[in-house]
Amino acid sequence: MQELLQYLFSGMTNGAVYAVIALGFSMLYNSTDLINFAHGEFVMLGALCMVSLTAGAGIALVPAFFVTVAVVAAAGMLFERLAIRPVRNPQPVVLIIITVGASIFLRGTGMLIWGKDAHSIPPFLDIAPIDIAGARLLAQSVWILVIVTALTAGLHLFYKKTLTGKAMTACAVNKKGAWIVGIPFKWMVLLAFGLSTGLGAVAGASIAPITMSSYDMGTILGLKGFCGAMLGGLGSLWGAILGGFLLGILEAMGVGFVSSGFKDATAFLLLLLVLYVRPQGILGTAEVKRF
Amino acid sequence: MNGTAKPMTGSDPILEIRDVNKAFGGVQALDRIGFNLENASITGLIGPNGAGKTTLFNVITGMLAPDTGDIRFAGRSIEKLEVHQRVALGIARTFQNVELFESMTVLDNILVGLFTRTRAGMIASMLRLPRTRKEETLARDQAMELLNFVGLQDYAHRKSGDLPFGWQRMLEVARAMAAQPRLLLLDEPAAGLNMAETGHLGELIKEIRSRGITILLVEHDMSLTMSISDHIVVLDQGGKIAEGPPRAVQADEAVMAAYLGKKATPTKD
Repeated sequence: MQELLQYLFSGMTNGAVYAVIALGFSMLYNSTDLINFAHGEFVMLGALCMVSLTAGAGIALVPAFFVTVAVVAAAGMLFERLAIRPVRNPQPVVLIIITVGASIFLRGTGMLIWGKDAHSIPPFLDIAPIDIAGARLLAQSVWILVIVTALTAGLHLFYKKTLTGKAMTACAVNKKGAWIVGIPFKWMVLLAFGLSTGLGAVAGASIAPITMSSYDMGTILGLKGFCGAMLGGLGSLWGAILGGFLLGILEAMGVGFVSSGFKDATAFLLLLLVLYVRPQGILGTAEVKRF
Repeated sequence: MNGTAKPMTGSDPILEIRDVNKAFGGVQALDRIGFNLENASITGLIGPNGAGKTTLFNVITGMLAPDTGDIRFAGRSIEKLEVHQRVALGIARTFQNVELFESMTVLDNILVGLFTRTRAGMIASMLRLPRTRKEETLARDQAMELLNFVGLQDYAHRKSGDLPFGWQRMLEVARAMAAQPRLLLLDEPAAGLNMAETGHLGELIKEIRSRGITILLVEHDMSLTMSISDHIVVLDQGGKIAEGPPRAVQADEAVMAAYLGKKATPTKD
């Protein structure tokens, strides 16, 4: 029982991080119909930026956190402006290959800036782990859960309540319609990239204290986030959250009860299963519009 | 729609199309097209399929760049403007195949249509500043008013894709109106409507004109077009073949030929 609870806690922590990453995938897809395979690299940038700003430059955690998110979001928008927008023939396959190329580029850049060593920083609040029924929950895990909840609520409000959010959704639902009602499409895509990579940075900056951050951490995190997003239903915000947590928890159970070598395999087994059984994901809608 | 399209006095045309050419490969889709739209009038744009009507719509709205020629809106050349800038100036349109945001509610469709008329920035709207809230409440009121106008007020919270086709058309008209246009382009608005709906649509279009909005109408329903239009422009194979009041155009020989096939010209065998 205690064991199970412990796996659950560690699964929830990882799951929350996957959820934020999945959220980034899902919201970008929601607004632009695009899957950014460089997303994991923005998570890496978030983590390493956080490391540099706190451990390197000695900036306090809270300002460092916000600066990190702003810097990475700016990098994401720059990426859109330089690599996505100029594409003459923006077919999905072309754009996906571009994002794959960007991920390799960003990984290389990360290696040049931060080297090949792994870095680590102290937790946001130096509190002893919380003891619940004999299982230990890290304070940083609680932080991450709080951040995920706040982000999801914020995004939900943004899409449901604000005109900008609705306009963004409209772009994804019907490009031609959005075009003709006068939505500045280019700005919307730019904004979506900024928000999405900003979310990636939040994930990266939040896990910097509980993991070793290095230039090559983004690939696997990105894939996990993508799995989470697919699992829950690409394009669905709540689906991304659900998928992320589910993946994290199942992964932890797999490690605990089967074998630790099983950790990364869990994600891909789940992804395959989803693609076979329910391609639209758990919360995804059956009708996926293509144009 | 208060304080929107202030009717211009005098007879300055709201839209001037000058010598517009557009070719797709070897096909001359628009061949030196030129005509004016009088302010607050209804102009019917007719012609057989493939005459270039939709292409002209695409050129006017900026979705397609003409090869040569100029288009002036309210006395100013709009050649270099992008679609959303033209919408902001006051050009709106609907589509033959209805391009709604199907998964969003009826009300949200209109709200998105109002987007170009709201000023609140993105950050402000996320922070829920009072000014933004006020603006969004105002937008909601305007949207409801427009739904009232087209008779969809009771379906505001339905998913727009679930509406019957005729209502979707009405919704698209309302959405176009949300941008507070001075010129409204309607692409076959009566296609797929039954007779009662078509009658209602005709009244609605006249009502829109009475609000000071100029209308350019592409429509295959000739009885509707002839009954509500002040002016008719006829295209055939990319060229303008006739222009004038409905009665005159109906009697025009070139128009009859275009629609009914060329009269056999007497030639010696």
